[in-house]
This record gives sequence, C-alpha cells and structure tokens, in this order.
Amino acid sequence: MKTTLALLSGALMATAGAAQAQEVLNIYNWGNYTSPELIEKFTEETGIEVTITDYDSNDTALARIRQGGHGFDIVVPSNTYVQTFVEEGLIQPLDPEIVTDRGNISPQWQDVAFDPGREYTVPWAWGTTGLIVNSSVYDGDPNDAGLIFDPPEELAGGINVIPEMVDVMSIAVYYAGGEDRCTTDTELLRKVRDMLMEAKPDWLALDYGTIDAYAQGDLEAGIYWNGATMRARLENPDLVYGYPRTGYPVWMDNVAVLSDAQNPENAMQFVNFILQPENAALISEFARYANGVEGSAEFMDEEMRNAPEIVVPEDLVSAGRFSEPCSQDVTDIHTQIWTELLQ
Amino acid sequence: MRRRGGTLWNWLLSAPALLVLVLAASGPLVIVLVYSFLSPGNMGGVAWEPSTDAWFRLFFKRDIFDPEVVTWNEAHLVVFWRSVSLSLQTTAICAILGFPTAWFIATRAPHRRALWLFLITIPFWTNLLVRTFAIQELIRNTGTINSLLLRLGVIGEPIQMMYTDFAVLVGMAYVFLPLMVLPLYAAMDKLDMRLVEAGYDLYGGRLQVLRHVIFPLVKPGFVAGSILVFIPAIGAYVTPRVLGGGRTMMLGNLIELQFGQGRNWPLGSAMAMLLLIVVVAALVLYLRWANAEPEQRNG
Repeated sequence: MKTTLALLSGALMATAGAAQAQEVLNIYNWGNYTSPELIEKFTEETGIEVTITDYDSNDTALARIRQGGHGFDIVVPSNTYVQTFVEEGLIQPLDPEIVTDRGNISPQWQDVAFDPGREYTVPWAWGTTGLIVNSSVYDGDPNDAGLIFDPPEELAGGINVIPEMVDVMSIAVYYAGGEDRCTTDTELLRKVRDMLMEAKPDWLALDYGTIDAYAQGDLEAGIYWNGATMRARLENPDLVYGYPRTGYPVWMDNVAVLSDAQNPENAMQFVNFILQPENAALISEFARYANGVEGSAEFMDEEMRNAPEIVVPEDLVSAGRFSEPCSQDVTDIHTQIWTELLQ
Repeated sequence: MRRRGGTLWNWLLSAPALLVLVLAASGPLVIVLVYSFLSPGNMGGVAWEPSTDAWFRLFFKRDIFDPEVVTWNEAHLVVFWRSVSLSLQTTAICAILGFPTAWFIATRAPHRRALWLFLITIPFWTNLLVRTFAIQELIRNTGTINSLLLRLGVIGEPIQMMYTDFAVLVGMAYVFLPLMVLPLYAAMDKLDMRLVEAGYDLYGGRLQVLRHVIFPLVKPGFVAGSILVFIPAIGAYVTPRVLGGGRTMMLGNLIELQFGQGRNWPLGSAMAMLLLIVVVAALVLYLRWANAEPEQRNG
C-alpha cells in the first residue's frame, strides 16, 4: 500500500512539476461562481494559466482539503468556516510583500470577527439569504418570513424552500423570536419545530429551485439568495426580494491561500489581483453578488449598482446577522428537527 | 460443467483481480464500520473517541425537549421504508415494462437484435443528471407535456407532476429500465422456441404458456434484473432530489445530510452500514427464494 501511494504521489508531483514550468494556479471555488472574464484578464496580465474546480458546499470543500493531496492553491470558504480552516492550519497567512492592497477592502469588511485584521483572507463576495416573491401572485410586504412559515392563501402550494438546513433553521429561529440562531432554549426550538411542521404542507418543494422555475412561474415564493433572486428578476420583473425583518443571515465567501498550495506565489498574486476594484467588479457582474472591495461599484453597470437585491434598505440592515457555526449538540438538534420535517 | 478450481496457476492468474476487489471493496467498508463507532469531529470528520452513540441515534432518539424521554426514531424508519417501497415499485415497473421490450428484441431476426440492443443502451451515453433534468423539462408545470395538453384543451390547468412520488417513479424507472431489459434479453435469447411451440401443441393457451413455460425459463433474467434495479434504486440520490423536490427524504439524502450540514459522520456511517446489512440480507433471502425448487416453495 505505502509503496503504491508513494509511487502515485511521485507521479502526481512529476506532472505538477512539469506544469509549474508554465506558471499555473489551481482555484477551488463554488460552482458557477468564478467569472470567466476575470480569469482571462488575470492570465493576460500575469501569464499564469488558471484551472478551476467546483464544489457545492463548504463541507465538501473542507473534507477534501483536510485529506490533502488535492493540488489546489486557493479555496473560497464562507465566513462560518474560515476559523476552522485557520485553526486546523489549512490556510496560510497572506504574504504582505505580494498582497499589498488589503486597504482596498471596504471599511465594514476590514476587521471581521472570523478573520481579525484580514490576516488570512480577503472578500470574494457577500450576500444575504432572504425571500423571493412573485408580486403578480402576492403583492403584500415581501420582508416577512411569515410568507414562508405561515403563508397567505395566494402563495400556499407555490412555495419552495432551499434545502439548506442552516439557513432555513436560522430564519425560522429568528422568526420565532430567537436572537441567537444556535439557541439552546428548548421552548423556542419546540416552537420552531411546530411552526415548520405546520408550514410544510403549504410548501411545494425543498429544492435549490432553479432560477428558471421562479422566472417561469413554476414557483411563486421561497427562501432564496439575493444574487440568484436578481438573476431571476432580470428574467421576470415581477419577482421581488424580501429581507425578513425578524432577522436574516448575512454571509461572506472569502479567498484564502492553502497551506499546502503548490503555487503559493501565484495564489498571492491572484488574491491581490481581485483586490483591485475593476477586477472585483467582474466577480459581481458575473455572480450578481456584492464583493466587499471599495470603489468597485464604479466599474459595474447601472443595474448592479442600484439593484434592490444588493443594496439593503436602511431600515432592514440591522436585521441582517452574521453568524458563527453552532456547536455539535445544537447542530444535532437542528438535524433531528430537519429530519422530522422531511421524513 | 463443474470444474475443480484451485490449482496454483489459476489462483495466481486471478490474484491481481481478487486483490483489487477485496481491497477496494472491503477497505472502505472497514473504514465506514470503524467510523460508525467513533464520535463526530469538530466541523465534520470524526474524533477518535469510541462511542456507540451513532448506532443509538440510528434507532432511538432522545426527545429534544426532555432528554430523559427516549423513543424509537420514527423519522429514520419512515425514510428507510420510503426508500425500500419506492425501490420495490421501481423494480416492479421495470419488470412490467422490461418484459415485453426484451421479448420484442429477442424475437427479432438475429441481425436486427444488435440494433435494438444498441438503442437500449443509448441513454447510458448521457450523464444521469442531464437525463434527469430532461425529464424535469418534460413534466414541469410549464413543461412540454403540460403545455401540449393545455394547448389541445385536454386540461384546464397544468397537472402537478413535478415534485411528486410519481415524478420520482418515472425518473427511476426510466433510469433503471435498461438494467432490467438487458438480463431479461440475455435469458430470452437462450430460450428454446421449440418449447413454446410444444406448449401450444399440448393445447396450452397463451397465458398458460407464458406462465408455465416462458416465465420459469427466463426467471434467472428476472432475478438478475431485479437485483440490478433494486440495489442502486435504494441508494438513489440524484433522481429523488431533482424530481421529488426534496419534500421528503430518501435514504441517500438522509445519509448525505449527516456528512454535509448535519456534520455527524458516525451517524451517517451507521446509516450506510445498516443500508448495506439490509440489502445483503434482502439479497440472500431473495436468492434463496428464487433458487428454491417450485415444490419446496408451494409446500
């Protein structure tokens, strides 16, 4: 076994070595998230060839990186996962010699709890998880999580909830009156469970709900991400995005360089590259999420700058919550409620 | 027919293949088994602290609101049963649709059969996910079938087919049908048509010939086909997720939840082991039943 492994990794290293001659960079990022234009521009400016590999969840990314031997240089974990990556030594501090423009990060994202002083990461994109509503079916206030948990008659039967336990449980806990999404208050959790069980018959699906399904009217309302909602609205102007006033999750995906990166210098160059406002704007134009780099809005089209999905209304900003991962005990309770809900 | 294996030479020849099979099959299984007796790690993975908690949680649950109360974990049992039941239905649908198809192919002129078989395998050229999305395109509310029926005036409003058990069954039957047709065809191909004629000569009706001559002779094809359909069906993940709309979980989704957002790898491992045990047990019972002589079965 050991010899085989040694031989295999030897062969892998040999290929990696050969490739290094022509300067490469291997990015491990969420699917359908990396702007091809951005990558083209980076290659043009630096001559570094970029390979992108997709993942579909933080857990997948973390598990694969933990195993080692992945060959990636860059990963883009969400805020809740950054600390785990740091604590386990999976990502390395940014090199101040190469990453010189951390000052370009918007003040609100400069010194964040999950990465004090931005020692390890820079923003890729950030967004919110809220509600999507087809206003031609229901034209009431969209900023109300009750549309999902206690739906009006018009929407009942046309609701889709993303199968993201963490997001859905958070919005539900906030709606039921919880401050902390990892609450251990059993009375509150009981309320959340009963509320979900009661709401479920009104839900058509718990699906990732393709943008088309909303645009074409197969789905009428749901829990959805802001950027995806914007893409759907551009296809169907009746769709509006709602920020639940009782509380909604705010997230940020962050670019980090892996400790076992094979091309750390190229990776650092890429990190600094996306800190340039004109480059960060490309990320947003493609994924339709804000990026966290000061001044990048200038380089975006009008549509993006004023999008109601991207610009959070003044009075609803404070309802957005940036959260830490819950403990295993609380996660187990959430899983149990979720399993009961989907049994 | 019966040959005594076991000469050194034979063993040497088969050793590499056996080694791969044993290592590749048992290695991961041992890991899964070991994981199921450990504790969940921080943010996924496992911690090397032995625990039977996963197996306990698989069957029982502590009441969230009162940890003293321990009850059966119905939710897990319900999901388990749904998977088994949908897989059995899929197998039945495949058998009902597959039999005439295989019979049709087997009764073509020999040089034509290759073409029909070839047609059966065409779906395998396309990725499963793509085919599943194609079905979704057909049956969704604004999809091909509903638009067509609406335009023809057959229905007043779209029929809700997506996100139902019906959609899952259609998808699974479509995906697994070739796996039933191929072994059935293999069995029918060897069928001696003179026996069928003999049945008619002995004044057997069509149904009688079918029941007493054809069925017993192609039974091995049915057995192989059912196994090939049932086992992947019970672990199906993509089809129920895309077509079923995720309102209810199947076993594959439940296991994935533990390795993903639930972050309880030991529980996921225990579920996977239980699935394996159930499948193997069902297989043994089924094969015993299928290989039993008819007299034994009736008596």
